[in-house]
Amino acid sequence: MVQSEAANLNPETVLAEMKKNGVTHVVWLPDSETNWLYMLMKNDPELDLITVSREGQAFSIAAGLSVGGKNPIILIQNTGMMESGDSLRGWCLGMHIPVVMMVGYRGYTRHGVNSDTAATYTERFLNAFGIQYYLVENDSDAERISVAFEEAIQTKRPVAILVGDEYHGFH
Amino acid sequence: MFQTADMLNIFQKYRGDAIVIPGRGGRHWIDISTNEKRDIPLGDPAMGGHASFGMGLALAQPDEKVILFDSEGDVLMNLGALVTIAEKAPENFYHFMLDNECYATTGGQPVPNAQNVAYDVIAKGAGYSKTYAFDNLEEFTNNIEDILAQPGPVFVAMKVFPHIENEPIGSRRRWQTRTRDKVIEDVQEQMGV
Repeated sequence: MVQSEAANLNPETVLAEMKKNGVTHVVWLPDSETNWLYMLMKNDPELDLITVSREGQAFSIAAGLSVGGKNPIILIQNTGMMESGDSLRGWCLGMHIPVVMMVGYRGYTRHGVNSDTAATYTERFLNAFGIQYYLVENDSDAERISVAFEEAIQTKRPVAILVGDEYHGFH
Repeated sequence: MFQTADMLNIFQKYRGDAIVIPGRGGRHWIDISTNEKRDIPLGDPAMGGHASFGMGLALAQPDEKVILFDSEGDVLMNLGALVTIAEKAPENFYHFMLDNECYATTGGQPVPNAQNVAYDVIAKGAGYSKTYAFDNLEEFTNNIEDILAQPGPVFVAMKVFPHIENEPIGSRRRWQTRTRDKVIEDVQEQMGV
């Protein structure tokens, strides 16, 4: 079955949302789902990519950038988000940092039968920290990314976007 | 080894108008600093994150000199952060590290391999272009001006005496005089953010 483009989440769409919301820095750790997006981001002269080697570093880097007046986004996988609990707590929640984190939802089955514990605990983790989150599965959901940016600024808290689909190739 | 407060008193002479993140030296620095609004004493938001925070701030404010007093316990928690700092290479970032060879605030238990770690070598291997190690105050004093005059990122490991605390956390003197929100508000005003 051929999926329509609207049924995919295209990297161009995500990049457009970043630009629309004035993102200056992408603090990220690559995973298999974000390579298409990486290829776009690295060719964008307005974006500064900061690659970390463990996801917890992303939250303290984002805090420093934000205190310094920049507008970072964190791009990580759910596995790394769970590893980052204390850093998220102390450096972003505790310092009232308005930051959006886009989280690859590894194992997501649209709340169907789940065989990956990374997916099992993702939303439970966010709920435990009281972090609002929005699910983005395809291009038609992309405007939720802007909602997350607005909410982060209003609440001075991190807001998560759960990416429930792998990014597809360029179109 | 030398006393952290003695080192900070010497550093203060060369601080200029740099932004200072006092980290684990905060309890001493608060009595030494003459430019409180350009200090960012955060206490301990989450251990291991100060270096990354400092780098983020330095990247965001390239015209400000950003000086961090990290600790070996923090650095050990996030050794990978050194690689990212070296890659981004903010020329305005000066990464000092207090090495007291222990977890002083939890009673003084030694950090892993406490007496045998060459942190300056680790930083050099991570890609910092300039690294130093000092275990006596005279050498530190003789070099601090030159260290701060060169472009960063610079890493400076220092052997300091521990100030071991055994009192229950709730009974300890709180040295911070401003809330974190106020600290951030003050420094942002200073930086024009």
